[in-house]
Amino acid sequence: MSPARPEIPAPLAMHGPSLRRRVSNTAMTVLCYTAAVLVILPLALILWHVVRLGLPAFTPAFFLNLPKPTGESGGGMANAIVGTGLLVAMGTLMAVPIGVGAGVFLAEHGNGRFGTMVRTTADVLAGVPSIVIGVAAYGLVVVPMGRFSGLAGGVALALIMLPTIVRSTEEVVRLVPRSYREAALALGAPRWRVIQEVVLPAAAPAVLTAVLLALARAAGETAPLLFTALGSRFWSVAIDRPMASLPVYIYDYARAPYDDWNRQAWTAALVLLLLVTVVSALVRLTTRRIPRP
Amino acid sequence: MKESGLSVEMRVNVPTPSAAPAPEPRQSREVGVAVRELDLFYGSHQALKHITLDVSARSVTAIIGPSGCGKSTLLRTFNRMNDLIAGVRTQGQVVIGGRNVLERDTDVVELRRRVGMVFQRPNPFPKTIFANVAFGLRLLGLRNRVDVEFRVEQALRKAALWDEVKDRLDRSALQLSGGQQQRLCIARCLAVEPEVMLMDEPASALDPSATARIEELVLELKRTYTIVVVTHNMQQAARISDRTAFMLSGELIEADETAHIFTSPKQKLTEDYITGRFG
Repeated sequence: MSPARPEIPAPLAMHGPSLRRRVSNTAMTVLCYTAAVLVILPLALILWHVVRLGLPAFTPAFFLNLPKPTGESGGGMANAIVGTGLLVAMGTLMAVPIGVGAGVFLAEHGNGRFGTMVRTTADVLAGVPSIVIGVAAYGLVVVPMGRFSGLAGGVALALIMLPTIVRSTEEVVRLVPRSYREAALALGAPRWRVIQEVVLPAAAPAVLTAVLLALARAAGETAPLLFTALGSRFWSVAIDRPMASLPVYIYDYARAPYDDWNRQAWTAALVLLLLVTVVSALVRLTTRRIPRP
Repeated sequence: MKESGLSVEMRVNVPTPSAAPAPEPRQSREVGVAVRELDLFYGSHQALKHITLDVSARSVTAIIGPSGCGKSTLLRTFNRMNDLIAGVRTQGQVVIGGRNVLERDTDVVELRRRVGMVFQRPNPFPKTIFANVAFGLRLLGLRNRVDVEFRVEQALRKAALWDEVKDRLDRSALQLSGGQQQRLCIARCLAVEPEVMLMDEPASALDPSATARIEELVLELKRTYTIVVVTHNMQQAARISDRTAFMLSGELIEADETAHIFTSPKQKLTEDYITGRFG
């Protein structure tokens, strides 16, 4: 305030906020903070618990050895770690092309009756309990093949991932600014080139996020694998044979009456958590390093 | 684009303008735009009413008029960008290079390559500066790197942007200023060597100095290209155009040499508009 300025006339007496407003303001702020803490709390508790109980058996042996026969202690889950990687990779390889393709279809041409049908189907599929997805994959792959297989597990996981990828892709493709499309079309680009060279690159980071979310969810699924990939106590990398996976091991070992198995179940949970985190981080790092086209 | 009613003009599909037997001698080599009895409907609303207008080659034609008068709609019939809007119907003719481009069997991809467009808001792709200009060249199937680089440089020079960006061609186009982005869009359009350039209020999102650069550029480009500029800025129309068309409520009120329009318009409505009595 410079003293040279003329004084501001004050026709109305001003006072601070009323007591009632100050109290309700504080109360609402506290409520919001409480809600925020309640959101973080479960994840923090889970992380704390998994790390605390998973660490004792978190040894190189866990990563390098096969499970010991029932009753013997020690051993690891090398086969399940590799198995989960293979199952998730198969699911992703199947779900991404179909899901991204269908998502682009819905965004670009999905206003007709067929589009509505596809969209509704994807939404219903997202709501189908994962055990039912497992039954579907059982009927689709296990019955015709005549045996449980990693391939059937991959199909089940693809079905889990598909709706998330389809609907997220549709949404982010719709968000690509109209001006980009117009610019490309006005240069004489046919529609497929516009989608391939302008729309998809612009939507790619968001599509990638959706794929990673779907992947993280699929990696932890147990129910769809129970009667598709089944599980295996041996080295299992042939995709037409039963395949071991971490979630199924967690399920089996957590119910077992052996302390050693329970410990290993916690470690398996920790490893699963780390795998998902590491894969997400790696994918993000590598795609960030690729210069934008 | 459903049905284009009248089809007095030849229906033969011509690959290049020079190979076409000329229906109108005026248009055989120098590509202008001839609009005849053009009606356009959005559903049941008629947005353009019996427009007849000649755009001469290698000159600047400005289309002026108040908001919503249909000037952008008219411009977007020239490269069929209205096709993107559902429920648009047209009647009449827009003849470019001896062909009524409104006909259903027009190759719109080819049309849009020959009739380039610059939009109101600069809309570079979220790619590098180089990739933006090379985009159209790659659409044409150009693969030779040296050739692409040469043409990118030529286009950027023509758009008076080369000196400002030559050291950062691999940077994102989104880092450029608004005026630079708009000149980049012009370069992107020039790279595919169109015959006609449509500009939809190309400077309305830019500051005065960037606007001045775009206007200089337009005056430079008209030596080679047929340019149609939609603008709501009458001073701009007076500065850069050779001919001016005044539109009101979907009708073409008057089209004449710019000097005539601004000094001795024949229509009362035109006079009222340019003297600021409405609009």
